Amino acid sequence: MNPMTGDPDQGESKPASEPSHSLRHAAGPYFGDYGGRWMPESLIAAMDELNETFEAAKADPEFIAQVKDLNKNYSGRPSLLTEAKRFSEAAGGVRVFLKREDLNHTGSHKINNVLGQALLAKRMGKTRIIAETGAGQHGVASATAAALMGLECVVYMGAEDTRRQALNVARMQLLGATVIPVTAGSQTLKDAINEALRDWVANVGTTHYLLGTAAGGHPFPAMVRYFHEVIGEEAREQIIAQAGRLPDAVAACIGGGSNAIGIFHGFLDDAEVELYGFEAGGDGIDTPRHAATITLGKPGVLHGAKSYLMQDDDGQTIESHSISAGLDYPGVGPEHAYLADIGRVHYEPITDTEAMDAFSLLCRTEGIIPAIESSHALAGVLKIAERKIAGGAVPEETIIIANLSGRGDKDVGTAAEWFNLIDTEKDAK
Amino acid sequence: MSPVSKSAAAIAAARAEGRPALICYLPAGFPDVQGTIDAAVAMAENGADIIEVGIPYSDPVMDGSVIQAATVQSLAQGFKVAQVFDIVKGITERCDATVMIMTYWNPVLRMGVDEFSRRLAEAGGAGLITPDLVPDEAAEWFEASDKYGLDRVFLVAPSSTEARMKATVDASRGFVYCVSVMGVTGARAEVSDAAAAVVAAAHAAGAENACVGLGVSQRKHVEEIGAYSDGVIVGTALVAALRDGGVDAVAKLTAELSGRAVNA
Repeated sequence: MNPMTGDPDQGESKPASEPSHSLRHAAGPYFGDYGGRWMPESLIAAMDELNETFEAAKADPEFIAQVKDLNKNYSGRPSLLTEAKRFSEAAGGVRVFLKREDLNHTGSHKINNVLGQALLAKRMGKTRIIAETGAGQHGVASATAAALMGLECVVYMGAEDTRRQALNVARMQLLGATVIPVTAGSQTLKDAINEALRDWVANVGTTHYLLGTAAGGHPFPAMVRYFHEVIGEEAREQIIAQAGRLPDAVAACIGGGSNAIGIFHGFLDDAEVELYGFEAGGDGIDTPRHAATITLGKPGVLHGAKSYLMQDDDGQTIESHSISAGLDYPGVGPEHAYLADIGRVHYEPITDTEAMDAFSLLCRTEGIIPAIESSHALAGVLKIAERKIAGGAVPEETIIIANLSGRGDKDVGTAAEWFNLIDTEKDAK
Repeated sequence: MSPVSKSAAAIAAARAEGRPALICYLPAGFPDVQGTIDAAVAMAENGADIIEVGIPYSDPVMDGSVIQAATVQSLAQGFKVAQVFDIVKGITERCDATVMIMTYWNPVLRMGVDEFSRRLAEAGGAGLITPDLVPDEAAEWFEASDKYGLDRVFLVAPSSTEARMKATVDASRGFVYCVSVMGVTGARAEVSDAAAAVVAAAHAAGAENACVGLGVSQRKHVEEIGAYSDGVIVGTALVAALRDGGVDAVAKLTAELSGRAVNA
């Protein structure tokens, strides 16, 4: 059991209770055939140093206490589990609960990982962190952690994204970070990662690469998951307290897959709980414009790990597309690839339209503006509910948890455009 | 190192002449497929002992801006991985140079490691230089390279520990690629002092041939590095020459790097 999330009095006393076939706490470097370290030799020493520091920190009560303190008194954990009663009505009457990662400081689950990794950076004596970002969520979270801990912070962001997300660029700058627009390659998130890796190779002595998702070479997938396990641990405890039993299903959106692996982890060994990961289906998986990596990708190596990958017949990475920048990535974390292959988690695509319909529904039924990323999980909940009811389930006895991984303030511009609100305003004048 | 290694033989031939081997890089399909072959032949005729043909890849994390721009152009023109075998064949048919392929690993994995290796051997290629494949993940490549008699050149870096240096030297065949600096490809005014230490560590770990790359662009670098290493690898400077002055400029720079008169 992750002692960071367990009962403080029991702390580390539980690990022996887990069955030997447990899927929890997979340590890497491999998850079945996936994971590993497919990366330049120049970075291997830094990855080893990070792994050693992480392993030592996990066994250090002082580190665990630091993380717990930051989670509670800085991020505002535990995040709530809110029953969405009016949204449930639209879902055929099944009981829908929302894990409210949107209520964390900086507005998403990303803070869990950046605080943990920034502490590790300090333990390694690094003075500078670098990060990649798509829409800016992870960049803002990284800049926040850097400000809190007195670290220099450089964020790589596709040049196109810096224009589209000018407010988030300003946010990072207000927090003291330097934002570097990436003009190489396709100028997207994957190119921001490439550029961050190039920076890391050149500055590895002083710099920690604070990767934002549960992908990359070992130990990143297992380490990023570790810092997000708190989501699933809390959700499991909360649903038992509030509903008296485990849920029938848990749903999360998947880009690289960090929020999903965090909430799934709490339920991996509960065989009766179905787990669903919803990928970005973009314009539809029958078009070339999507980011449905597990649904349509093939195994390959990118950014340090073997996993499913959107690639052409030559092994060149294909550009992904999603209305949600946070899901717009052609790879996925290796543990998800493994969980897909063994059938423990079901992965399905959700189109931009389905996600935006669910976005609107949550706004109007619950008074919560969700991130467009998280709206993919909400759209997935509607599909799961429909199938369960069609299969004869009693709606009010069916419980589904959706990970509301982030708030939608950052998406107001995109949503206003999608729903033609800006034009309507002009028309009214 | 194996006696059948083509690249080791090329380095030994240079050593017999009392000089370091000159290893010259250019990206496949830049400026186009025929242009790559012509430039490579010009390199061979002007003192290159080994030609390193790079496969353009969508995510080249070890490359700086000059090589990135060239590979982006090649891909935009529709370059396909299988064409690299035509290029290798085209070069080996026209000159005696040893031809290696430099490739990120995913294109090889996608084609299939065995099939890629078989086609490379059939085209007359000597082996692979693999910037993002470490021996730890190379089980399939060990098998295929042994089966088809190909050299496997892994990289070692200033950050490599003694244990990793030993393991990587043991895993390599032909030569080991010593990264001169913690960074990506690109011409630099001075070659880092770290290079000599990396070469010394590689030799101490048992490497017969330790060649130095990254940042090497001028004749004075070749002389400096040649004093302690077995070969010198030049990339970015040649790509910039090809971009700006075509095959003639490549011939001129290669001759200058090798300390010869131009053979045009």
